Amino acid sequence: MSRIDVNKTYKLFIGGTFPRSESGRVYEVKAANKKFLANPALASRKDLRDAVVAAKSAQAGWASATAFNRGQILYRIAEMMQGRADQFTEEIVALEGVTNKVAKLQIEEAIDTWVWYSGWCDKLSTYAGSQNQVAGPFYNFTTPEPLGVVAIFAESKPSLLGAVRTLAPVMAGGNTAVLIASENFPLPAITLGEVLSTSDVPAGVVNILSGKTSELYPWIGSHMEIDGVDVAGLSKRQEDELKLVGADNLKRISRFSTANHPERILSFMEQKTIWHPIGI
Amino acid sequence: MSKFEYANAPESKAIANIATNYGLFIGGKFVEPKQGKSFNTINPASEELLAKVGYADKSDIDLAVKSARLAFNKVWSKLPAKERGKYLYRIARILQERAREFAVVETLDNGKPIRESRDTDIPLAAAHFFYHAGWADKLEYAGFGSKPKPLGVVGQIIPWNFPLLMLAWKIAPALATGNTVVLKPAETTPLTALLFAQVCQQAGLPDGVVNIITGDGVTGAALVNHPDINKIAFTGSTDVGKAIARSISATKKTATLELGGKAANLVFEDAAIDEAVEGIVNGIFFNQGHVCCAGSRLVVQESVADELLEKLKKRMSLIRVGDPMDKNTDLGAINSKEQLTKIREISNSGDAEGANRWSPEVKLPAKGYWYPPTIFTGVSQSHRIAREEIFGPVLSVLTFRTPGEAIEKANNTMYGLSAGVWSDKGAKILWAAKQLKAGVIWSNTFNKFDPASPFGGYKESGWGREGGRHGLAGYLSSEAKASK
Repeated sequence: MSRIDVNKTYKLFIGGTFPRSESGRVYEVKAANKKFLANPALASRKDLRDAVVAAKSAQAGWASATAFNRGQILYRIAEMMQGRADQFTEEIVALEGVTNKVAKLQIEEAIDTWVWYSGWCDKLSTYAGSQNQVAGPFYNFTTPEPLGVVAIFAESKPSLLGAVRTLAPVMAGGNTAVLIASENFPLPAITLGEVLSTSDVPAGVVNILSGKTSELYPWIGSHMEIDGVDVAGLSKRQEDELKLVGADNLKRISRFSTANHPERILSFMEQKTIWHPIGI
Repeated sequence: MSKFEYANAPESKAIANIATNYGLFIGGKFVEPKQGKSFNTINPASEELLAKVGYADKSDIDLAVKSARLAFNKVWSKLPAKERGKYLYRIARILQERAREFAVVETLDNGKPIRESRDTDIPLAAAHFFYHAGWADKLEYAGFGSKPKPLGVVGQIIPWNFPLLMLAWKIAPALATGNTVVLKPAETTPLTALLFAQVCQQAGLPDGVVNIITGDGVTGAALVNHPDINKIAFTGSTDVGKAIARSISATKKTATLELGGKAANLVFEDAAIDEAVEGIVNGIFFNQGHVCCAGSRLVVQESVADELLEKLKKRMSLIRVGDPMDKNTDLGAINSKEQLTKIREISNSGDAEGANRWSPEVKLPAKGYWYPPTIFTGVSQSHRIAREEIFGPVLSVLTFRTPGEAIEKANNTMYGLSAGVWSDKGAKILWAAKQLKAGVIWSNTFNKFDPASPFGGYKESGWGREGGRHGLAGYLSSEAKASK
């Protein structure tokens, strides 16, 4: 008799731990061939609130880490992901119904995305800041700072890359994140939590929820402690509704059309301008 | 000992040729509003009628947007960038030439001291055009991709506190980046915008590149909702800013919003106290406190609070309140009866909630709208006067013991437009500047503005920046963002 596999329970990732949904709910995720794959947690509003509390608590620490340090941590994520490439391959092949080769290419691109954004961490004020030549005896400079807590609706497919290319720029800028995994293709995004938890990413910097997008997006729109949203995984109608509700605290809401771009980082940053007189 | 008194030093009204009636500026010409409706604009210092101004309704707005679209398609987008820039240089020069006239009209219509309109508003407005003129043919070097593109027709709505300067903040970057505009000045201060329309004519600016429509909030809302507008640029209250964000939520329109503030002005015990006092006065009493980035919360270290407050009160006793046209006047008229009512209402809540009010003895003119320079001490963070934007010459004083507490109090607001830090220790200033959640930090200075310096808020103080390289972004299409 052949050995019975020990299957993984796919749970949430909140504040550095892997809890089940407080609601006790799960939903069924099927493979491309319609076979049962997993019962990931179906996150509730309370789970979302807990994730935001964790993200908010971690924000000041992550923002005040040196940019060099943040860059090293993002690079460490790439290293850890490389080591787990096989695990991601299995998940992607099963979920998306693609070949091993296609899945591998996706994983390689995801790893390279971490490396690309790692390098951005300590170049942001060089690229996007300025020293401004004002008409007076003042030293005046502008430098980007993180927005705070950013919610991300990961793209559905490619399932792993869709999560990484939305998450990495948000982290690079010093924000903390609540990532909503794609509803139909959630497994690689959930497994990403295991990579993050072993990559020196401080607890709470990234929180990952699986569940129903249609249930979660109105609560994200109205949550006053969420400062920005990447709506990659939302429909146009959902995006419009989120923008309507998000106006209550003037959330910065973006959808991007290009893969890797510094604007993905800077759209979730504020520019601070500091004046000081020059003189004796 | 005899006391030296100031003699009157009135600026002359003669230079201001204010017409009795103004139409709307659409397609390069002044036209009568379709419905033939108009409203009055008055001098808030005397309540005298200055002019009747056309009231634009939906059909007028439609005409203005069509004229802007036509100008964008046929002329402005086809013009070499270098030539576009030269129009802006012309406008800057004409504003400089006519600076005195503009200053007088601004002061008559707004109520601000002539010293401020003459030395701040008008020169800065001209400087904004001069600065942005130079960007027009250098946009590919601005860091927004190699082929930055304009958005199209921009609807712009500006407030009454710095009428011409806010117009310049809006129109100069929009035109430099190749957009055309429909601008609505505030209901109570339309005159310098209408005078600016004449400047556009003198500069030979192609018809329809700048359209100016006058009206009230209803006019503004109609402009926001016009389907052929690509972008909204708004400066004003956070409530209206949120309403705009909602109105455009299901459209392709983008927006920059410069909204309210409740800035903390932090004074540490090692600050140069006399300089800090000057900065506090400039922070809250500049322009009657009608400034979104006004330093309306003084947060002072307990150990120097008594000394500082004594000096502040002495300094406040020297503030000259009265005729805005007098060159010696420091504090002019409140811009409107409505604003005066609002200042009174929120300030009275300070009395009711238990804060202690103090004002120097000042004789306010019998006619017009006036409010004395006022401070409240014993203010707690939950008081309305510590939370709501008063937009008047009213300062709330809070104290702190530790630097951590100072930052905590400063950041305890939904706003994040500006903040001040006063200290003689460089490391402490940079530490505080980093902790403060605000878009502009003035350290050992306050209320400084420059076209090269980006301005705009964190949190509910708005979206985007105006001025500097960063301000261009709001008027250029993004190469990374999806247009819906």
